[in-house]
Amino acid sequence: MTSIETHLPTDVSASTPAIATWLTTADHKKVGRLFIGTGLVGLVAGLVLAILVTFERINADSYQILSVDSVPQVLAAVRLLLTFGTVVPLLLGLSVAVVPLQLGARSNAFPRLAAAGFWIWLTGLGLALAAIIGNGGPNGGNSNLVDLYLAGSIVLGLGVLMTATSIAVTVLTNRAPGMGILRAPLFTWSSLVGSLAVILAMPVLIGTTLYVYIDHRYARAGFGGNTGVNQWIGWALSQPFSLLLAIPALGIVFDVVSTIGRNRLPQRSVAFGAIGVVAVTALATVTQTNITLPWEGAKFLDDAGTKIADLLPFLLLNVVPVLGLLGVLGLSLLTLKPSKPVISAPLTFVLIGLLGILLGAAAHIVGLVEDAGVIGSIYEAGVYVPITFGAISIAFGGICYWGPKLWGRSISDKAATPLALLALLAIGLDSIPYYIAGFADQPTGLVNGFAYSGPQDLWNALTCAGFVVMLLATTAFVGLAIKSFTSGAAAGNDPWDGTTLEWATSSPPPAENFAGVIVVNSATPLADIKSASSTGKVA
Amino acid sequence: MLALPPASQPAPRRQVFVGTAVAGAAGFMLIGGMMATWLKFRADAPVRESLKRGFIKDWMPEKIVVPEVAANMMLLGLFVICIMAQWAVYSAKRNDRTHTGLALGVTALLALASINAQIAIWAQMGVGANDGAFHSMFYAATGAMTALLLSGLVYTAVAAFRYLGGRTKEVELVSAHALYWYFLTAAFCAVWFVIYVQK
Repeated sequence: MTSIETHLPTDVSASTPAIATWLTTADHKKVGRLFIGTGLVGLVAGLVLAILVTFERINADSYQILSVDSVPQVLAAVRLLLTFGTVVPLLLGLSVAVVPLQLGARSNAFPRLAAAGFWIWLTGLGLALAAIIGNGGPNGGNSNLVDLYLAGSIVLGLGVLMTATSIAVTVLTNRAPGMGILRAPLFTWSSLVGSLAVILAMPVLIGTTLYVYIDHRYARAGFGGNTGVNQWIGWALSQPFSLLLAIPALGIVFDVVSTIGRNRLPQRSVAFGAIGVVAVTALATVTQTNITLPWEGAKFLDDAGTKIADLLPFLLLNVVPVLGLLGVLGLSLLTLKPSKPVISAPLTFVLIGLLGILLGAAAHIVGLVEDAGVIGSIYEAGVYVPITFGAISIAFGGICYWGPKLWGRSISDKAATPLALLALLAIGLDSIPYYIAGFADQPTGLVNGFAYSGPQDLWNALTCAGFVVMLLATTAFVGLAIKSFTSGAAAGNDPWDGTTLEWATSSPPPAENFAGVIVVNSATPLADIKSASSTGKVA
Repeated sequence: MLALPPASQPAPRRQVFVGTAVAGAAGFMLIGGMMATWLKFRADAPVRESLKRGFIKDWMPEKIVVPEVAANMMLLGLFVICIMAQWAVYSAKRNDRTHTGLALGVTALLALASINAQIAIWAQMGVGANDGAFHSMFYAATGAMTALLLSGLVYTAVAAFRYLGGRTKEVELVSAHALYWYFLTAAFCAVWFVIYVQK
């Protein structure tokens, strides 16, 4: 038996300035809010830069805003901000804040580790962005700052790793008595699976970046110097790594759908399996280079043995994750069907987000068929952006859903629901035109000096409009959230009539979350408590 | 608002042990990924004719001599560390402070010796990280391994101070500490085979 002190470190006294409280806090709810707040700032910054890039692409003959040197840097900044500055902190933040509440725990495991993870991640992100601003990102002209970019990437990865470790250990060790892993809420399960996937994949990225950093700083002999940076670590800013990072979002979908749909998931074990399948196959894909498929039209079956050898890994690594996502969608729809739920912002956001992720993952399959001829084209952005926007949309749904628990106040449902439709429009505008431009051979990584038959200005204008729409939706959402959380109506302890333990405590929860230890007997412990109370079986 | 009174202590579920296992898995992926990249570079290297060994991969420059004795001693030292760390667990479970302290002390000493051996290898090789791809990768891989060994040494120090400071019920921490050294030994086995044997 351990006697390690697991009490949450006592927050500084009431006389301490608020800023010091936030800087030194190890309270998982505050750390989660720090992640979420920073992620929203990163999203706005990333979208503004994306608008600049896509605007520049509209006229491919000359530079309008950017310069030839700044283009690779801005492209790198967009991916860095949208991936490690937005998707990662939004989903990590929700996990850090909500998972201990769902488990009935007083705190997360290693709370100081999670808090340190936030600050280390933020430092790494700041260093990497500072390097990019000084022309030191991938293909950058300032070699010293390229070193800084690589060092910042390592620091950033360490921060993410530390927080993911805290989340995984929390789920494995801090569950309430009686809560076996199959009785844990689906978001808790997806957070565990997503964290473990990050714990297994992120060190490989850190190790590779360390090689590139040492080589770049001292030898420049093996990794291609400034121009080789993206070749070696660029995989962390594209599909399938983006799908791996989005895995916790799948659990949000299930939790929101089953609560707001007022229905129990019909097949919980299948839901667990679907999330697990997506995680395992996405992790397997990340560890491989992309498995492409030489189709060759009607000749495909001429040499069946060879073709099946090509087809099997392709199906396993690229098609199976999509089947898992279809399982998530199918189960969600099955859950919703009988009860005819009212339209609400969380539900709309998560379903639209799931469609975005599914669209991106399915498009990824087509892009890897060699005969489609889109490898190396802008089509790749049409895979990355819907997955990223999908994960962001689901995170927005999660913030609407768990906002009362994190801030004690609700986001206006009526005002937030139309923003989900804007997110859907943005996903459409930032996917379909990319696919068309990709099939027309518009190269990726360039904003100028390309030409192909067809209305290329139109496709690029539409993608620019997509980012503008997403920026509008984001700024409106942030404004709405700030207004609601500062002056909105106080939310009740259980505004959604939930069935899981986070709704069993006050909104916002007290420092140690729960007044006592809750013994769990099913996957819906709060529903059991409510049922027992209504029948007078519990004192 | 007023906080509710704290919840009573939930049943412990070996948090430190599980956390150590997760950290070990991450560390193993770090070393595994680095060894995979090393092997890729080695496999992709062009073939050249060596005066001593015929046609070989043009990967490690011929003038470099890797001090294998020190590397082998590191490996043996890590195996002994595992035994010492397990001895600490055995003693701690029996509430034997003297032997637990002794075992943790020997573990720390051998960890220091292993780090010293790594520094000796760098000094004896006498090459710089800026001399070529092999050199920079050698320093990156062995440097990462040394950083992990340093973290193991810190873990030993923390376990020793906490246990000898009076928290003799913290057997789990001593067990988790032993697990971490098992992981470090496994990771170094990979480094030893790929970098010091296969080169």
